[in-house]
Amino acid sequence: MTQEPLWSIFIGASLINNFVLAYFLGICPFLGVSGKLETASRMGGAVTFVMLVSSTCAYGINALLIAIDAPYLRLISFIAVIASTVQLVEMFIKKVSPALFRSLGIFLPLITTNCAILGLTLFQTNKGYGFVQCLAYALGAGVGFTLALVLMAGVREKLELASTPDVVRGTALTLVIAGLLSITFMGFAGLGG
Amino acid sequence: MSDTHLAGAAGPSSTDEFVKGLWRENPVFVQALGMCPVLAVSNTALNALAMGLATLFVLVMSNAVVSLLRRFIPKQVRIATYILVIATLVTIVDYAIQAISLELYRALGAFISLIVVNCLILGRAESFASKNGMGRSILDGLGMGIGFTVALLALGAVREIFGAGSLFGVQLFHDAFQPWVMMILPSGGFFTLAGWLLLFNWLRARAEISNTATSADALEATP
Repeated sequence: MTQEPLWSIFIGASLINNFVLAYFLGICPFLGVSGKLETASRMGGAVTFVMLVSSTCAYGINALLIAIDAPYLRLISFIAVIASTVQLVEMFIKKVSPALFRSLGIFLPLITTNCAILGLTLFQTNKGYGFVQCLAYALGAGVGFTLALVLMAGVREKLELASTPDVVRGTALTLVIAGLLSITFMGFAGLGG
Repeated sequence: MSDTHLAGAAGPSSTDEFVKGLWRENPVFVQALGMCPVLAVSNTALNALAMGLATLFVLVMSNAVVSLLRRFIPKQVRIATYILVIATLVTIVDYAIQAISLELYRALGAFISLIVVNCLILGRAESFASKNGMGRSILDGLGMGIGFTVALLALGAVREIFGAGSLFGVQLFHDAFQPWVMMILPSGGFFTLAGWLLLFNWLRARAEISNTATSADALEATP
């Protein structure tokens, strides 16, 4: 187990090694759901929740797999946990807020194939974090993901009103903005040690 | 153009299943699927090639297995089943790469395991392999996989040439060349992909303009 302090794990996961802008995890929802500010922030909330639950479960499962000496089952069991958590969140949102459910659309079940979440569970295992450290890492990753998504949505809402050439419209323009955001986030390097 | 359209109406040929993934429905440049590994491991051409081949293998195998089992999988649990099939295959690839080259395994890191959540593979299983026979599904997987590999390689080559002044580790320029460090960094990935997309958008827009021009000419010629 590493002795890294919690705040440094949190800052590291949310700003310095932002999952979207530095590790390229979760690009699909980043490009897909970042059109509107409100949808983006709620999507960020849903992903953060799934991250916290998956991270907790993954910590337990990893301990169990090491105990029964079957590390090759790690990937399969992690993805199974994530898929069931997403199913749970989907049912919950459908019940509580049908409007949000419709606006998230296909991207809600696709949280299962959001690499940010599987990536999180794999990274925390590789880094050998303890239970509380895992939670801090998951929270940081979720906050970082939400931050990137919200920043992107803000820029894109403004951009709707600007006149852009036809050729750059769509994914290409979004990627250029993502590149600029990524450069901005590099400014955080060195924070937190 | 009209010839291909007629052939499509009569049912796509086997060659067409293979060729469509290369250009017309290229997974990266046209469908924008599986972007995460595309951006993350394309900092050198070699990493890009290795990642592309690993994905190609998983894609072909998962298409084959899913199309074989498609009659036995209940509709309600199909996505979970596909993911389990894909996760098993990826575990195999993960251990295989570790055995072949430890250096490559370290360079690719967790991204080999993350092939599981590549939307491209699940997308092909759901939209193609679950509805077609094994032969066609394998062809489809091969085409899409090669299209994916070519796209990754295009990105990796550009980033390595500008970012390190080399290609596959071979030095290309004189010593005086100052590498653009930004191209190796994450933001370089976004910019390079945006550049390729712009190029293809522009080419497609031009092709459409010339197409409409020729068909307008043809309409004028026929009385």
